[in-house]
Amino acid sequence: MSAPDFDIKYVAHLARLKLSPEEETQLGAQLGNILGYIEKLKEVDVTGVEPTAHAFPMVNVFRADEVRPGLSNDDALRNAPKRASGLFVVPKVVE
Amino acid sequence: MLHRLTIAELTARLARREVSARDAMQACLDQVARVDGDIKAFISLSPTDALAQADAADQAIAAGADFSAQPLLGVPIALKDVLAVKDQPLNCASRILGSFTSPYDATVVTRLKAAGAIIFGRLNMDEFAMGSSTENSAFQTTRNPWDTSRIPGGSSGGSAAAVAADECIASLGSDTGGSIRQPAALCGCVGLKPTYGRVSRYGLVAFASSLDQIGPFTKDVRDAATLLEVISGHDPRDATSIPQPVPRYTQALTGDIRGLRLGLPKEFMVGGLDPEVKRAVDAAVTHLQSLGATVHEVSLPHTDHDVAVYYIIATAEASANLARFDGVRYGARVEGADPLEMYGNTRGAGFGAEVKRRIILGTYVLSSGYYDAYYLRAQKVRTLIRQDYLRAFEQVDAIITPTTPTPAFRLGEKAGDPLQMYLSDIFTIGCNLAGIPGLSLPCGFAKPSQPSTLNSQLPIGLQLLGKPFGEETLLRLAHAYEQSTPWHREHALCPPANPCMSDTPPD
Repeated sequence: MSAPDFDIKYVAHLARLKLSPEEETQLGAQLGNILGYIEKLKEVDVTGVEPTAHAFPMVNVFRADEVRPGLSNDDALRNAPKRASGLFVVPKVVE
Repeated sequence: MLHRLTIAELTARLARREVSARDAMQACLDQVARVDGDIKAFISLSPTDALAQADAADQAIAAGADFSAQPLLGVPIALKDVLAVKDQPLNCASRILGSFTSPYDATVVTRLKAAGAIIFGRLNMDEFAMGSSTENSAFQTTRNPWDTSRIPGGSSGGSAAAVAADECIASLGSDTGGSIRQPAALCGCVGLKPTYGRVSRYGLVAFASSLDQIGPFTKDVRDAATLLEVISGHDPRDATSIPQPVPRYTQALTGDIRGLRLGLPKEFMVGGLDPEVKRAVDAAVTHLQSLGATVHEVSLPHTDHDVAVYYIIATAEASANLARFDGVRYGARVEGADPLEMYGNTRGAGFGAEVKRRIILGTYVLSSGYYDAYYLRAQKVRTLIRQDYLRAFEQVDAIITPTTPTPAFRLGEKAGDPLQMYLSDIFTIGCNLAGIPGLSLPCGFAKPSQPSTLNSQLPIGLQLLGKPFGEETLLRLAHAYEQSTPWHREHALCPPANPCMSDTPPD
């Protein structure tokens, strides 16, 4: 049993993951299987239950708005695949 | 042989100037050279850097350093490849990070350094902490030191194996659904996952931000208490770290557990539990009773839904956390004509199969049209799971379970069936969902039906789960059990061909 509308091509696109045709087939089947297992959650009565995002929710964790040392430009760029003039170089974004 | 000592034993000798930090570090390096060709716990390590740190520790000791202020001075500790150490490689056992070296220290690393520890080596793991066997590493497969045809567990398999094989005195790992406790159980060492928010996650490469915690692997419970004390505490850099004072965990080890109430969750003693695991855990419960604890049945009615809830929430959070690996600012970029193509190519080439599986699952359950049915529903069931635990803790002080349903399985046995692998986490997962602390310690051995070495025995782990910030109770229980049983004194045997089999016992 698997989830009815699972479209691996679409989801892989959302996730920005390029998959080979073999991967699409194999992952698609495995994920269908896993989603079939997860369907059992539909059995639980969750009426009136609040969702938990964090076990111990911390609220408004702020610090004073003061400038503090951070990564230097050089440190931030030290692992850059491509850099120039203190910036990361990427393929053209804007036409 | 210094590499076989515990933190407490080694620091005592260092303080008495009987041995040097260099001697201890060299002993660990020698052990790595002897056994890691088979165990493969380390992805990389720098002996020069390690010995330089040891020399610095020796200088500090000679200058009269105070061991009570620096409880780890001169102690070689290795870290899972998921923790940032300035100027050391950080790969999370993935290809996608390429030749990344970290520009900063994780908070736990800063704390370890302040305590005087020697931090060496990058320990193998499942890629991005996703797995239960360390078979998902992009680099190598780590083996269980007790039987090298078997897995060490995961995702912190390298951290557990290195401690079990005496390649380091202690290590750190991370636990999102059991990734400290399960490998600790399978490798016969102590593993502790603190309460969520107890230890700062700053510098831990995030897998699931509401579930991840860093914790120690040690040879005994006292060492786990020592390490927990060093790494715990509020951190302004981690907005989820809780401003709860850090107790002196080592002082909880009183040896007296009379009157402590243990809960046995009836939903955990299920089919699929290996009979030897059941036997060992039942014996441990009886033993704890003989030490004065009382035992009660408790119920965690939503246990059956733990795995499903986890694999929705954890993968959803992971899909967001791993979006940063896109080839722009760091890592092994694969070029494309435009950024979208570059992202797809980089991530397609750089991530392994399990990581892709989880990212896709996580993306799906968060996607428009499915969010309510999957993610939101899972969060609500998470509330019910958490309430089950909190309700149980109104009647008992700790919950006691097997850590894993079986001892270590063979390499390759579950690798082909992801769902089977997920189901093996059944005892550890609820703890992360509820945010409570959990500890695994050795409680015996199983004899495999087809032994692959002369003295084949496989460790079995006992899990203790505690109230939020209830680590002291867990440590006290675990310590009392450990000190009145023989398991912690056994060290893993190496493969027959390896010289460490004739290793002399510790002096």
